[in-house]
Amino acid sequence: MANKKLMVSLFIVSFLFLGMQIVQPDKTVHAFSPQVIQHGAVGDDVIELQARLQYLGFYNGKIDGVFGWGTYWALRNFQYEFGLEIDGLAGPTTKQKLVKASKYDEAYVKEQINKGRKFTHYGGGKKQSGGGGQANKQDNTTAVNVPPGYSQNDIQLMANAVHGEARGEPYVGQVAVAAVILNRVKSPTFPNTVSGVIFEPRAFTAVADGQIWLSPDKTSREAVLDAIKGWDPSGGAIYYFNPNTATSPWIWSRPQIKQIGKHIFCK
Amino acid sequence: MIRWILIVVLSLGIIGTGVWGYQEHQEKNAVLIQAENTYQRAFHDLTYRIDVLNDKIGSALAMNSNQRISPQLVEIWRVTSEALSDVGQLPLGLLPFNKTEEFLANIGEFTYRTAVRDLKKEPLSDKETKTLKNLYKQSGEIKDELRKVQHTTLENNLRWMDVQLALANEGEQIDNTIIDGFKTVEKKAEGFAEGIGHVSTSNQTVREHQFKNLKGKPLKEDEALSKAKKILSIDNKEKIRITKSGKGAEVPVYSISYRNDKKSAYMDLSQKGGHPITFLIDRPVNTKRISLNSGMEKAKAFLKKNDFNNMIVFQSAQYDNTGAYSFLYSKDDVRYYSDAVEVKVALDNGEILGLTAIDYFMNHGEREKPEPKISSEEAKEKVNPNVDIQEEYLAVIDNDLGEEVLTYEFLGTMGNETYRIFINAEDGREERVEKLSGSEINYARG
Repeated sequence: MANKKLMVSLFIVSFLFLGMQIVQPDKTVHAFSPQVIQHGAVGDDVIELQARLQYLGFYNGKIDGVFGWGTYWALRNFQYEFGLEIDGLAGPTTKQKLVKASKYDEAYVKEQINKGRKFTHYGGGKKQSGGGGQANKQDNTTAVNVPPGYSQNDIQLMANAVHGEARGEPYVGQVAVAAVILNRVKSPTFPNTVSGVIFEPRAFTAVADGQIWLSPDKTSREAVLDAIKGWDPSGGAIYYFNPNTATSPWIWSRPQIKQIGKHIFCK
Repeated sequence: MIRWILIVVLSLGIIGTGVWGYQEHQEKNAVLIQAENTYQRAFHDLTYRIDVLNDKIGSALAMNSNQRISPQLVEIWRVTSEALSDVGQLPLGLLPFNKTEEFLANIGEFTYRTAVRDLKKEPLSDKETKTLKNLYKQSGEIKDELRKVQHTTLENNLRWMDVQLALANEGEQIDNTIIDGFKTVEKKAEGFAEGIGHVSTSNQTVREHQFKNLKGKPLKEDEALSKAKKILSIDNKEKIRITKSGKGAEVPVYSISYRNDKKSAYMDLSQKGGHPITFLIDRPVNTKRISLNSGMEKAKAFLKKNDFNNMIVFQSAQYDNTGAYSFLYSKDDVRYYSDAVEVKVALDNGEILGLTAIDYFMNHGEREKPEPKISSEEAKEKVNPNVDIQEEYLAVIDNDLGEEVLTYEFLGTMGNETYRIFINAEDGREERVEKLSGSEINYARG
């Protein structure tokens, strides 16, 4: 009797080992990093989160590595179904539950992403062979966060203008120039769109002399993002000029707010 | 023999250069013409639209039923904004033409405000009818002047490229019909802008009344300096510049800046009370080491330390290696959208890289708890039945007229899209519906 029990437990243990051998490498490589993942996050953890949620049928959007609204609702539904606290945050408990309930083959998922496949059916049993090999270290996210109401093209166009107008200026000076463009969009006496403001003839010298088509650096793009997110070091200005090169006497009549770098900002 | 070869080669060269030169000339002309065409289009559109505008205001005056007048006002508003965008495309940068733009903006403002109002409950007042009549008369005059300019340009085949040249060479006295014509138009608009009175309540005028709740006594320069150092947590060794804002500033500030080899910082501190209106630190941000979530905790702690109390996170997003967090003021379970603060955190070491609190200081004051007049169930009935409501809040937002209203805020989904819907908590009006996005396919990738 005792012998039989031993045999059974031995059998179980060896089976477990067998299972471990298969599962172990997957687990160590593909488990989440210890961070709490929240709305707005970007990166590999989000890819894993989306893949696992999709595996379980909660998420049917694209696995793009950006924690957006779709991921948020999927996560909340998962938390609801599994009796967890519904907070839309992937914390330790939630992640643990997720890892237990789902499988994640990192190499396979990333290979599919890099091939540009949409594959919204991960885990639906349709997995093709492939999968082996190392997941490459490159950035696998296929989407980016954009401030609500702005496309990457808007940002790019603005970055072009800022680069043409204010490269070489301190960072805040570049944010301020971007803020002036946005202040003009809001102002009743200027066009109502970013492109309208930028291409308003004779408004910006960089547009007039073609410098707007120089390729902008990372700094100007960052400056534009900060301006869109609400930073306005210009203090609400709708004009600015370089006192050394300004030719129009009219510009001096505007009430001045401040000077940043070479530019004087005014109302 | 060699001489002949030389002659042939040289003459071929000359012919080649000639052909090339001619092609270049042609190309340049094509570009010029294209630019000219853009100007022409904008100009002719403008004259046409002012015409339409005048007609429409005229017919609105003749209307009696308010059900008809609302769409008409909307229509006028639309045409106005198109006309404004046409003005923006003309090369009039150095010509003082802003009175005309303001005139157009005022028409737009007036018609929009009256059109979004329920005219059944609150019909046009006598004063508003008078304003409308005035607008009709004035738009008629501007229309006539513009038509005159248009006529001369067509008759004499005038080019906008020449206007641009004339404006660029300010010193030269050029008799330019277009410029003169627009100056006359501007005069007409000027006479009117004053007559319109206080119809225009655009953002700027509203903003002037704000900042009234900015607390504290005026700060001296050295006090401001030490305050800034405290907020930025820097020691005395840094070389710091401090300047006062000029008379154009909405709220008088001290601008404080410093730079060393590692980073540069810039801060606006209100002269009254020494509140941090905005600051930005610029430095290269290294590889991400902390999560968006721990960055949020840093931001929260920072706000608490600097007397922003009862702030809740409203949204967060990671851009490259920085975290951006929006906070809203929240009291008695009501969130106030106008009392907003943005914080930027470096995700390499958790340093606070920026704060902008201009909206917060412009609007924030003592908030009394508002009571909704309708229940949340009643409000839900006003929401499109196809929307699956997931979350619910009470929120105070600015409505289309710029007034603060208490609303039920619903976060809901329809298909794969998420919507934020605000229902007025007093009368159940659908104040605003927003489709939420926030990410986009990265076109730059691969």
